[in-house]
Amino acid sequence: MLSFLVSAIRLGMTFLLGSTGETITEKAGHLNLGTPGVMCVGAACGCFVEDLYLSQTGLYADPVIAVLLPVAAAFIGSAVMGLLFSFMTVTLKVNQNVTGLALTTFGVGVSDYIISQTGLAFQRGSKFFNASFSFAEDLGWFGELFLSHGFLIYLAIFIALLTTFVFNKTKIGLHLRAVGENPATADAAGINVSAYRYAATCIGCGISGLGGLCFIMNYLNGNWEYCIDAIGWLAIALVIFTVWKPSIAILGSIVFGGLYIANTYITGFTIQDNELFKMLPYIVTIIVLLFTSIRDSKKNQPPQSLGITYFREER
Amino acid sequence: MNNNIALECRGITKTFGHVVANKNVNLSVKRGEILSILGENGSGKTTLMNMISGIYFPDQGSIFVNGTEVSIRSPKDAFNLKIGMIHQHFKLVDVFDATENIVLGLSGKKFNIKKAKKEIQETCDKYGFEIDLSKKIYDMSVSEKQTVEIVKVLYRGADILILDEPTAVLTPQEIQKLFAVLRRMRDDGKAIIIITHKLHEVLELSDRVSVLRKGEYIGTVNTAESTEQSLTEMMVGEKISLDIDRPEPHDTKDRLVVKGLDCFNADGVKVLDDISFVAKSGEILGIAGIAGSGQRELLEAIAGLQKLSGGEIVYNDPKTEKAENLRNKTPIEIKNLGVRLSFVPEDRLGMGLVGNMGIADNMMLRSYKRGKSMFLERKEPKKLANKIIDDLKVVTPDANTPVRRLSGGNVQKVLVGREIAASPTVLMAAYPVRGLDINSSYTIYNLLTEQKEKGVAVIFVGEDLDVLLDLCDRILVLSDGRVTGIVDGRTAKKEEIGLLMTKSKEGK
Amino acid sequence: MAREKKVHNPLFHVVKREPLPFLPALGIRAAAVVAALIVSALVITVLSQQNPLEVYKSMFEGSFGSSVRIWNLALNLAMLLCVSLVVTPAFKMKFWNIGAEGQVLISGLATVACMFFLGDQFAFLGDKKPYVLIPIMLGASILAGILWAVLPAIAKALWNTNETLFTLMMNYIAIQLVAYFLKKYVKSGSGVLEPMPQHGLPVIGDMDYLLSILIVLALTVIVYVYLKHSKQGYEISVVGESVNTAKYIGINVKKVIIRTLAISGAIAGVAGFLLVGGINHTISTTTVGGRGFTAIMVSWLAKFNPLTMIITSFLIVFMERGAEQISSDFNVDPSISDILTGIILFFIIGCEFFLQYKIVFNKNRKEEV
Repeated sequence: MLSFLVSAIRLGMTFLLGSTGETITEKAGHLNLGTPGVMCVGAACGCFVEDLYLSQTGLYADPVIAVLLPVAAAFIGSAVMGLLFSFMTVTLKVNQNVTGLALTTFGVGVSDYIISQTGLAFQRGSKFFNASFSFAEDLGWFGELFLSHGFLIYLAIFIALLTTFVFNKTKIGLHLRAVGENPATADAAGINVSAYRYAATCIGCGISGLGGLCFIMNYLNGNWEYCIDAIGWLAIALVIFTVWKPSIAILGSIVFGGLYIANTYITGFTIQDNELFKMLPYIVTIIVLLFTSIRDSKKNQPPQSLGITYFREER
Repeated sequence: MNNNIALECRGITKTFGHVVANKNVNLSVKRGEILSILGENGSGKTTLMNMISGIYFPDQGSIFVNGTEVSIRSPKDAFNLKIGMIHQHFKLVDVFDATENIVLGLSGKKFNIKKAKKEIQETCDKYGFEIDLSKKIYDMSVSEKQTVEIVKVLYRGADILILDEPTAVLTPQEIQKLFAVLRRMRDDGKAIIIITHKLHEVLELSDRVSVLRKGEYIGTVNTAESTEQSLTEMMVGEKISLDIDRPEPHDTKDRLVVKGLDCFNADGVKVLDDISFVAKSGEILGIAGIAGSGQRELLEAIAGLQKLSGGEIVYNDPKTEKAENLRNKTPIEIKNLGVRLSFVPEDRLGMGLVGNMGIADNMMLRSYKRGKSMFLERKEPKKLANKIIDDLKVVTPDANTPVRRLSGGNVQKVLVGREIAASPTVLMAAYPVRGLDINSSYTIYNLLTEQKEKGVAVIFVGEDLDVLLDLCDRILVLSDGRVTGIVDGRTAKKEEIGLLMTKSKEGK
Repeated sequence: MAREKKVHNPLFHVVKREPLPFLPALGIRAAAVVAALIVSALVITVLSQQNPLEVYKSMFEGSFGSSVRIWNLALNLAMLLCVSLVVTPAFKMKFWNIGAEGQVLISGLATVACMFFLGDQFAFLGDKKPYVLIPIMLGASILAGILWAVLPAIAKALWNTNETLFTLMMNYIAIQLVAYFLKKYVKSGSGVLEPMPQHGLPVIGDMDYLLSILIVLALTVIVYVYLKHSKQGYEISVVGESVNTAKYIGINVKKVIIRTLAISGAIAGVAGFLLVGGINHTISTTTVGGRGFTAIMVSWLAKFNPLTMIITSFLIVFMERGAEQISSDFNVDPSISDILTGIILFFIIGCEFFLQYKIVFNKNRKEEV
């Protein structure tokens, strides 16, 4: 049970990073269906740099740099993807859905290519990522559940809380929400809509990309798997689920994580039934989707201009 | 150069594709002055103001603020020059409250909502605005939203205020309140530009008037030296009669009898409350009321688009003399009963027509189901389209041009033309002249009167009380979803209707 | 009084342009394709140190190098086109169905199940077997496709449920069902089902895939006529343009949404049937191979016109095949084909900007005050 919860949390934080990033992007009015691709790229960039760093330093790798360097690489690589998305949708004003899907194709390709250059094993780097408080073990179940995780896990929660704070309590958050709700109004109020959309998308993608890295390093312990894009789609689903609130997403993501791995922890099933069990997170997503839409409330609506390209001189 | 000039435009030109929206326009406004910009719809007033406030960028020409040439590239530049614009379509974020909307986009100061709220309250007190700063925009009435807009630009320290058709959505009483505020601001030394096409407001409020016609600058006159007739001539370019022909109704019969209609909207708010009236053949029944008093729901209820919780709508068929109850019937069922009901909705391109389709395809909206074939029959609609283009002088390249690309007046001609082509017995029109120039408006008035003469029961929802009083035989006044009175169009006074429009529930 | 101050005007600004006539629009698109080719060649050249001209040659040969490759091109084109037909009616209605992948896959599963369970049962029919088996396969396939497409449509119609996510989730459920089927019924336990051509579609002449290709072409024309000239197609357009207008003229919007998705699902059924019954004769979780997503771009680029979709799907299939060829010829990782496809898509999508907007350079005005 305990190891199930620990795994659920680790996988959950992957979802959390992915969905927090997507939430930031969506709050600015961008529906980025490229997030699965972005998360792939984030993971690949992080792993690549980790590999490079560890091969350079040999045995004496600095544990702090061994974490921060790949994290920075994942963030930057993903943010570049966000830049590409913004260039297409803000500067060239083309359809967001189509651009997003193309970005996913492109991102999966890029990450596969990068990984083809490094191999699939990053266990050594993963050790640095999963390094935690030394006293965690002394605290029994409490320690293992809450304190045994690596840096990225806590970073994920911190980012989610910080994002909530920025959305609700700061001027930047107010402006960002205005841009996503009603860009024409924001524009007339002197807010640079394009700049906000660019920045939110790049930062959002950067955070989503960390989710990809978290998946490989923290959850899979450094064994690369080609399924990050599926995780990415669930991260997008999580955004709607948690009604664009990263604070709610902290819990929601752990539930998602639990559902996703439940099949490996419930014993007594054949291998075939296992495949059926893997449907669970998707079915639950659909059920929650149905619930939220039936209980349609005014407060929990997506940003009003989500997915709509803004052009000031539109008449 | 006059020291007192706050804003001056010289030789401004702006084109959209092939359309010249402004051509060599000159304009100036002084501090402590209210300048009206008068022009028909489509004469380029709003485009000009959008260039001053940084929404558009002019193709040619220069703008001077306080005697210095400036380049206004974005709304932010306009703020920095202390220019504030109140748009016709409010630029407010619905899910934010008043304070959040007001501080939106402010730079420099530290972000402190509480302090800002206090400062905003001071601004309100100074000019006498009454507003709840914590109220969400989606809970506000139109007039409250407008107040937020005005407070917003004042709070930002605007010295030059531009108001785009600010009175279009207000009641006579609210208009007087607004004018009082504007005069107070003028006396405070602000330069105020007000865009309008209502002549009596120009004469009442402004010091000078600049007139635009078809994008061109015609001239500026002192208000004191002008009359309604002289301004109209400048605006339209020719002498036209401002009277609407109103023949006496004859052979009236009760065509549509509405009794005790009740209706709730999706949020569970009662939008129609015990509505009863009779629409007679050969008569125009006007419906007056503040925007959002239930006009839309009432017409949609009759057309079969709203679910009713009570009441009945009885239609007396002129041919069969049979009475049919239309309550809770779908548009198709109503049509199948042989009821010839035509409806010109308020939202022309969002409801009455499909913007991306041509005129011919839009004609099919009403008739496409005819015949048993699985496939569309495009010949008849095409003929009808060409007939309407000829009869109503619709300006369009051809019958296949998407109606979205036509001007407002032409769009409305297409819509009204199609609805009349069905030779209706009941014709409902919601705000049919909104956004139309004077000539197009008169075309529509004449079409409605023509239908009335043919014995059609016409229901006309309007916002301009002067027009309602000139056009309609009887006027029904709605307030907050209830009928507060039905008056005679020939004898009623504007003030009387104004009072009925704001009459609240007595004794409750 | 006027202070001398230099006025800076922006160098250029963007304005919306009138719709372009056919030829210039085609020119812009062609330019985008050329630009995409140049960039792709550059990428390959950098990664593989090859002469760019060789790259183009390899790309062209990937599609037209031999009669087998031409057949492959035609087959892939037909299948992509067919999946694009699945999404098109829904997209025209602004119903963002991104679940074509799952709709086709589940149809394929239905087909393969019929072949697997019933194929040998009907052996006693001898020569007449296809006359019984094929209609059953097709019917099951279409029913499965309709089920997969109609569920999200019903939710959308009744509660306005977000269809993008619903259809997306249905993809994964379909994938898991296929995985389950393979795990459960493949005796060897390898999870790979041996092809069953003996239960597949009949072959015309010597050309294995000709029948499938012809069916897709016929379907394309049918969908075109349906959307453009039928009353139901007109209703789809009206609902897509404005739900309010549709209600105003008395269209039952819910019915149209569900009916249209049922049609989408039926087309998915045909696609799955062809893919499994006519071409692969087996199934795996990647049988549809991402076509469900590529189809969205095919359909959008063609402005939802099925005839134009022949061209756009050709373009994409040609590029994909070329990219695959390059990766094998020059020994680059196969993932390069996804990267190239992405680049090419960006160019083709991006050129829409130049079709809708133009950049106006501001003339320097230096009139003295």
